[in-house]
Amino acid sequence: MQTLKVKVWRGTEEGAFQEFEVPRQESQTVLDVVTYVQRKCDPTLAYRFACRVGVCGSCAMTVNGRSRWTCRTHVDKVAEDGTVEIAPLRNLPVIKDLVTDMKEFFDKWAKARGRFSGSKTRKDEFERVSPESKERKRVDAGIECIGCGVCYSACDVVSWNRDYLGPAALNRAWTLVNDVRDTAQAERLAAVAGDAGCHACHTHLNCTERCPKGLSPTAGIAGLKRAVLSATLSGELAD
Amino acid sequence: MSRRTEVLLWGAQRLSAMVLALCVVVHLVTMILAVRSGLSGAEILGRTQGNVAWFAFYTLFVAAVSVHAPIGLRTILGETLGWRGSATNLLVSAFGIALALWGLRAVFAVFGGAAS
Repeated sequence: MQTLKVKVWRGTEEGAFQEFEVPRQESQTVLDVVTYVQRKCDPTLAYRFACRVGVCGSCAMTVNGRSRWTCRTHVDKVAEDGTVEIAPLRNLPVIKDLVTDMKEFFDKWAKARGRFSGSKTRKDEFERVSPESKERKRVDAGIECIGCGVCYSACDVVSWNRDYLGPAALNRAWTLVNDVRDTAQAERLAAVAGDAGCHACHTHLNCTERCPKGLSPTAGIAGLKRAVLSATLSGELAD
Repeated sequence: MSRRTEVLLWGAQRLSAMVLALCVVVHLVTMILAVRSGLSGAEILGRTQGNVAWFAFYTLFVAAVSVHAPIGLRTILGETLGWRGSATNLLVSAFGIALALWGLRAVFAVFGGAAS
């Protein structure tokens, strides 16, 4: 039987790769490989997954040095010389083995005012937003984020500046900046401005290159840069 | 540093980058053309001194460098060495002023009078 050599990170921030032999199967995903290791080789291996079909965003890991969603990553596409190296996501504290602590990742969504603020009640009429409007199209371009953390892990700026909000939080903010129903625009632009916000982005495009949903956080961040500069020049940006 | 100042610095760096892109192209093309036609240093100085248009162009060039370089250096120092705060701001401000002084000294030497 053909086998795959798998190197899996064991430990926390400190640790080492442990090697396993895993039988190769047709259409085998990296998540299948990790599951095999946990069920057949070492039940103490810690990893995280839920849906297995690219919806929940739980199973992102670093595969052969690149951040990926493992449930939709086929071994055929990523194995190098019959070997796959699987590590936890970068730029996040490692809890154990392949499980990272996502707290700072999601805290930054809150810091970027990533929640909707509306003014209407359930008794009011629905707001009518044309699917053809410029704002709605911009929202559509970024709204399918599943919060997997791949972009955050791939971002160099996060590794250089730990306060940087990161591509996912800024992408979320951009979808809300373009939500014509939202009433917290001034606060949101202030939250994403400056050295830890959108202006720290170097446009390396790692997030756009790696996003498994094919989104472009870089484009959203560029939009935020323009919106914040415009608000600053017109004196609308809160200090 | 205030949020508004950070955004304005970013805007200043983008604007100065646009000016620099134009200035560098004009500067390089002019230099290449001047050398190809076989002009000596003395002949070039003879043409530049008292030329108000070139004086204005290179003053703009120096101004753009003096704005662009310290802002970029501030970011590099923050991201690679973790140097952030008022001491770094003072350091890069001094660097920007030094660039402006050196640059303007050269501009005056080439366009305003005899080279020192």
